[in-house]
Amino acid sequence: MSDIATRPAPNVFANPMVKAGLIAAAIVAAIAIGVRLDPSNTLYAIFVDPFQQMVQAPDLLVQTIWEGLVSGVLYALIALGFVLIFKASGVFNFAQGIMVVFAALTLVGLYEKGVPAFLAVILTLGVMFALAVTIERVVLRPLVNQPDIILFMATFGITYFLIGFGESLFGGNPKQMITEQLYLPKGAIDLQILGGLVSLQKIDIAAAIIASLMIGLLALFFQYTRIGRALRAVADSHKAALSVGISLNQIWVIVWFTAGIVALITGIMWGARSDVSFALEIVALKALPVLILGGFTSIPGAIVGGLIIGVGEKLGEFYWGPLIGGGIESWLAYFIALGFLLFRPQGLFGDKIIERI
Amino acid sequence: MLYREAGQYKSTYAADMAVFPLREDRIGIAVILGIALVAVPFLGSDFFIASVMIPFLIFSLAAIGLNILTGYTGLISLGTAAFMGVGAYACYKLTTFFPNVNIIVLILVSGLFSAGIGVLFGLPSLRIKGFYLAVATLAAQFFLQWAFVRVPWLFNYNASGAIEVPQRTLFDIPVTGASATPETRYFVCLGLVVVLTWFASNLVHGKLGRSWMAVRDMDIAAELMGIKLLNAKLGAFAVSSYFAGVAGAMMIFLWYGGGEAADVFSIRLSFNILFMVIIGGLGSLIGSFFGAAFLSVLPTALKFGLPALGVPLTGATAEHVTFMLVGALIIFFLIVEPHGLARLWQIGKQKLRTWPFPY
Repeated sequence: MSDIATRPAPNVFANPMVKAGLIAAAIVAAIAIGVRLDPSNTLYAIFVDPFQQMVQAPDLLVQTIWEGLVSGVLYALIALGFVLIFKASGVFNFAQGIMVVFAALTLVGLYEKGVPAFLAVILTLGVMFALAVTIERVVLRPLVNQPDIILFMATFGITYFLIGFGESLFGGNPKQMITEQLYLPKGAIDLQILGGLVSLQKIDIAAAIIASLMIGLLALFFQYTRIGRALRAVADSHKAALSVGISLNQIWVIVWFTAGIVALITGIMWGARSDVSFALEIVALKALPVLILGGFTSIPGAIVGGLIIGVGEKLGEFYWGPLIGGGIESWLAYFIALGFLLFRPQGLFGDKIIERI
Repeated sequence: MLYREAGQYKSTYAADMAVFPLREDRIGIAVILGIALVAVPFLGSDFFIASVMIPFLIFSLAAIGLNILTGYTGLISLGTAAFMGVGAYACYKLTTFFPNVNIIVLILVSGLFSAGIGVLFGLPSLRIKGFYLAVATLAAQFFLQWAFVRVPWLFNYNASGAIEVPQRTLFDIPVTGASATPETRYFVCLGLVVVLTWFASNLVHGKLGRSWMAVRDMDIAAELMGIKLLNAKLGAFAVSSYFAGVAGAMMIFLWYGGGEAADVFSIRLSFNILFMVIIGGLGSLIGSFFGAAFLSVLPTALKFGLPALGVPLTGATAEHVTFMLVGALIIFFLIVEPHGLARLWQIGKQKLRTWPFPY
């Protein structure tokens, strides 16, 4: 009985909802006061004007959000490749970006050599498989049980090697993706909504559909096949998986090959939107904030993270970018991710980090 | 036989705790300094000094900076190039505001601005760890690089957006600007690098360095032992960014001699310096030098060495082959010795102690 009496009163402020509400209220109050006191209308331009624009021209808003979603899907695809490998082998695979470029270049290069388009796709898959086997043999197997940062570094080595290899095979010039030969649609659909025109590129719609299909297939593969179960077992614990007789080497080849397939699809989609060049490698760095936002180990996280980053970045650039000189797309994604991280250090969907001494 | 501690008795604690307790090591370091001070400037050609030795020294300094953060404190940073850029731009603004102050003082002071920015971007490290932190530092990299292009005040409203390095002298000898000889610039670089390395060595062997290493090994345990994480982590960010900033200022003022700094301080440079630290050896000052030598000298050596060996290579192919070779060598060295070249060096010394009668 006395126990209850001496127990401290529950702290209202410890409740996350209450905390968030208080923070939001404080922000609103600060804005309200700021707008009154502000002589040069800076605060007005930051906090009021963009929202007015959104309400006044909803078609532009829809268009911006759509573009954000589309680039978000592509970020999510690259991030998906990272997550697959990170889950199964604990390797933070920096080479995913260059694998995308390499797969797309191989496909286009083979087509230019006179191979029919669909045969070229199959041959490219073969190349990605060979790459997976080689990476497992040459890089991963000798480095088993090394600290994460060493494996991370090794994927840098792979990146360098693939850049040099790809450029000496295919040349450094940008190439056209073979969209028509792969029966990918072209052109745009113009929709009449909210009193304005919103134009949707057909290829973007196709990208969204293919991406969702692929994610669905991957989920089924992980959930219901024997290999999928083995993959999840390896992700949980390398040692335990080894002890029940799962071959780590085989799993790694499969995982890197799956990442290779994801890379090829990403490469086709991205190549169809612009052209295939090594500039994509820098774009792949955008997958990092996506990963951080979603958590390294979560496939749904990669997708949600990609969409948040894509939309946030496009909205920020369109409505707030002009205030500070434009071009903020290059860093906004990282700041969005940083903002989320300060509240959830393991990302939105990541496994909770438990630290013991 | 040649390298052995037998017969060298220590009579004080200070002698026992010295950084170079062996006489042979002290002779070795004196010989290396002698070579750097005498042989290199007098025997090396201008080309060798300007495009091998100066980059090597500058990258070494930047690598030491990152090693303090990543190797000693365990915080991964991908924003080194941006902090170097802060140093370069701060130095440029300082030369504009204080044209009469000695350029070397300004280079050293410009590191302080970089340190301040470093602390600011280091704040998230108190909450975020591991690869998650790497992305926080990427925010610094991309934001600062954006600022270098978009804030015209930083480059004095030039039309070209480039840093123009003015001519400055030290004892009436031009140090920066077009008329400075490679030898002079080399001596200035060498002096700065030697002094700052000595400073870093004292830091990491002292109280602050020990608290960094405790934080690296396990920050919660370190906190329980009474180490203030705030001081240790932000201190590491400050010192690391200071070194990076000085290296960046040296890079523009003593090596490039001006130019579009925003392109120089790109993400690729950040990665390169991280490679140097990892290939050289995490948590080792001498490893920073090895890593810088490996990754800054190797591409130059391949570029000019392969044609000399009779391998016919034209410009573009040579670059691709260099990329492939660097990539393959990174993987090779990681497999041979994941703890970096510094560990290989230690193993070599250990072998030498028992040579010629290993037991």
